[in-house]
Amino acid sequence: MKPAPAPHLRLFIGIALIAVVLAVLPFALAWQGTAWVRILNQAILYCLLALGLNIVVGFAGLLDLGYIAFYGVGAYVYALLASPHFGIHLPFWVILPIGAAFACLFGVLLGTPTLKLRGDYLAIVTLGFGEIIRIILNNLSNPVNITNGPQGIYLIDPFRIGSFSLSQNETIGGLLFSGPVKYYYFLVIVLLVVIGINLRLQNSRIGRAWEAIREDEIAARAMGINTRNMKLLAFAMGASFGGVAGGVFSAIQGFISPESFTLTESVMVLAMVVLGGMGNIFGVVVGALLLAFIPEVLRYTVGPVQNAVFGHTIIEPEVIRMLLFGFALVLMMLFRPAGIWPSATRKRELDARRGGDDADADANQATDGGPDPVKGASA
Amino acid sequence: MHGSGERPVSGVGQGMRVTDVAGATPPLPAAGVGENLLVARGIAKNFGGVKALSDIDFTIRRGEIYGLIGPNGAGKTTLFNVLTGIYTPDAGEFTFDHRPLGALKPNEVAERGIARTFQNIRLFANLTALENVMIGRHVRTHAGVFGAITRNASTRAEEQAIEARAYELLRYVGVADRANHLAKHLPYGSQRRLEIARALATDPKLLALDEPAAGMNATETASLDRLLRDIQRDGTTILLIEHDMKLVMGICDRVLVLDYGRKIAEGPAAEVRANPAVIAAYLGGEVTLNMKGA
Amino acid sequence: MNGLTLGSVYAVVALGYTMVYGIIQLINFAHGEVVMIGAMVAYTVLTLFAGTAVPPVLQVIVATLAAIPVCMLIGYALERVAYRPLRRAPRLAPLITAIGLSIILQHLAMLIWSRNPLPYPQVVPTVSYAITSGASPATITNVQIVIILMSAAMMAGLLLLVYRTKLGVAMRAVSQNQAVAGLMGININTVISLTFVIGAGLGAMAGVMVGSYYGVAHYQMGFLLGLKAFSAAVLGGIGNLAGAMLGGLLLGVIEAMGAGYVGDLTNLCQLSSWSDALAQRCHAEPYLPLFGSNYQDVFAFMVLIAVLIFRPSGLLGERVSDRA
Repeated sequence: MKPAPAPHLRLFIGIALIAVVLAVLPFALAWQGTAWVRILNQAILYCLLALGLNIVVGFAGLLDLGYIAFYGVGAYVYALLASPHFGIHLPFWVILPIGAAFACLFGVLLGTPTLKLRGDYLAIVTLGFGEIIRIILNNLSNPVNITNGPQGIYLIDPFRIGSFSLSQNETIGGLLFSGPVKYYYFLVIVLLVVIGINLRLQNSRIGRAWEAIREDEIAARAMGINTRNMKLLAFAMGASFGGVAGGVFSAIQGFISPESFTLTESVMVLAMVVLGGMGNIFGVVVGALLLAFIPEVLRYTVGPVQNAVFGHTIIEPEVIRMLLFGFALVLMMLFRPAGIWPSATRKRELDARRGGDDADADANQATDGGPDPVKGASA
Repeated sequence: MHGSGERPVSGVGQGMRVTDVAGATPPLPAAGVGENLLVARGIAKNFGGVKALSDIDFTIRRGEIYGLIGPNGAGKTTLFNVLTGIYTPDAGEFTFDHRPLGALKPNEVAERGIARTFQNIRLFANLTALENVMIGRHVRTHAGVFGAITRNASTRAEEQAIEARAYELLRYVGVADRANHLAKHLPYGSQRRLEIARALATDPKLLALDEPAAGMNATETASLDRLLRDIQRDGTTILLIEHDMKLVMGICDRVLVLDYGRKIAEGPAAEVRANPAVIAAYLGGEVTLNMKGA
Repeated sequence: MNGLTLGSVYAVVALGYTMVYGIIQLINFAHGEVVMIGAMVAYTVLTLFAGTAVPPVLQVIVATLAAIPVCMLIGYALERVAYRPLRRAPRLAPLITAIGLSIILQHLAMLIWSRNPLPYPQVVPTVSYAITSGASPATITNVQIVIILMSAAMMAGLLLLVYRTKLGVAMRAVSQNQAVAGLMGININTVISLTFVIGAGLGAMAGVMVGSYYGVAHYQMGFLLGLKAFSAAVLGGIGNLAGAMLGGLLLGVIEAMGAGYVGDLTNLCQLSSWSDALAQRCHAEPYLPLFGSNYQDVFAFMVLIAVLIFRPSGLLGERVSDRA
């Protein structure tokens, strides 16, 4: 078994390379202007949202069109507890769990009565729920001012531990770390943690139960899976992720208003999940990055090009972006319903087909279990 | 309408069938057959004005293979669905393993120890064969979200045990060589077997099979016959709905016959087959019975 | 009367949802956009007539007749692109394509017309009639009367179509069992296409009515309208034609009256005795509703959610045989 260490080495080199790229990326982008680092941060936030929604849509197969409401709840919880609006300034590591818990609570509140509904009804009800939350945020300024209505909340605290604030520029060892760059590193860590959680959830008893529900709810129930509780769990977990992302969003922006939590945003996150391949974690990350970056690239190319050619902007990048989302949803469903990235199960199957014996070998290994002297000797 | 008079080919088939049955049923002595596992009393179910089931009594004993037969529309699948919690009975009660089943939901019924398969196969089509069986272990395992995320020692041990057991079951039903294939890409016979493996993964006390031989050819049916005998030998009681009379008469210790939602006979297979009421119910169905041998 | 007028528009749009649902058991998510396009096309025609001597009533009729074929074409395309290829796919798939198409239609409309609300030409001068006497009489305008009458005519026409024609029989057959209907020689694809097309035609007329009623058209108007009409369809029992009409009218009335009553009911000043500060504030400002008319749009969702939870089959849902 000589080539055995090779995959490990390759894996290690791969990880090291990715780590280096992730570490250097903001500085490379900063050459083009800090704006790109901000865009990158926004893209990672979308990744977080898409991963949260992926639990609900991708794993459990529940179409949630009001997902952004949980993002909004998380964002407002953070804004209200860390801004001059009420004069409360709690530290972020206290608020983020509160925001997650609140979003989770809303998820359960929405899920309890609606999860027995059929898929398409659920989609419409969640869509309605998302709008209700937005309308309430918009109107909860009168008679008692809680959300400050359409004006939104300003001067939201950045993440801060003691005197170390994520929003200030800082020079360490001759390198300038701007606020966005520091948030970037924070976000990358959060993203990696969330990806890890997602991967582990997917390959667990819980994840399998979700997939079973997605595939065939009646059969799942006949196998003893408590489908109601499992769906609620998916809703609650997805909502909590949304809540955390919302809190981070609040802190980075420093300003939020109900405008940020419209149906369009829900659809956008859904498009990311669909494009990447529902249920496929890395696909979803790629989908989110693509859909978050393309509009920005368009903004810097399509606008100037149109100006140069026609003398004025004919089609705004914003419209192109939305058309792109629309086409992405339609074309993906029609031609690649599994997403741009072939799913793990599918790949495993392809592998098994290529070498029919592999499966047998696997089977023996797994069932023999325990210490195996023969195997030890051959290694 | 005597099968032997139809075609020469079918006559040969029938001959084989008779010897088959005679050879394969040195009637299981009361060895494995113990006390009552499932007792049904006065089960009734109406759909609108239609009495799909009325006043059904029967008893399944531990360790036996219990057949449930009847012409199309007799109420077999309805009885199955009432038993497994998909419908609630309008009257009557099941006692399973000394405790009433009450109005349990399907997942609670599975938890109590009744696992089922479906007439029109309901596998998790886009998951692998292995994953299908692993999902069957759900109800007998415990890891929650916390365990899944931290992947602590007990969770890892549980995962390994789940996978090992799933492989074991795949080999038991003979689908291990396709463990990593998507369920929807398995051949038809293997899908039926996989569904049985998935049901067995829930450690059932009673395995309820809804027409497992439907659509199978003679070879596949024969190997299903062997599988069911293995399952019985290894201690699981089986409730079998089946149209394939050769299979039912050959393998079942006792048989319940339904017609128009009513019980018309119950007892050992040979006895039931000679029952005039059953023959009357199957009049015309007798052709099916004989042609199966061909 | 506002409630009744709005309600009849909801009812007509709801018919579009309910017909499609009745026949293929899927929600046509982009139906609201069809209504919007109808309003927009009619808007363009009406602005073309501006300043000409064409009689106003004829202008409206021509505008409507222009909107109908455009919407029918879109309805047909919707079915071909989003629904037919996915008829055997999981339920979520056509829903997602429909969402995608709805976004595309919205933004194309925005490109063609405008991102701003367009003032709908009031070609027919509005006349108000008092229908009760008293200090503040209930009134109804000629536009409202026309809307209500037109809606009633459309609903009657649709019922005739479904229950008195060969096509209607075919539609009902397909809704019961596609496979068997196919075996009986019915061309399922044609029937489903026609269902979409007829629904879209009704949607076009609804679009013109909404535009005239509110006096504006906007590329996003279809979303909320569609959602409310869908709620109306569910309220009445989706798949049921009479249900859609009843649901639409009810929802219109609930919305019109609800906002006022809920505002009165949740007026914080009823609690003045609880707190001195509140009492003082109420002295200056006696109407402090917790949920005022700014929550009007929420009521439709509340109705929808309540119906789905407590009576998912809707008010008339049990009469399955009525499905179109």
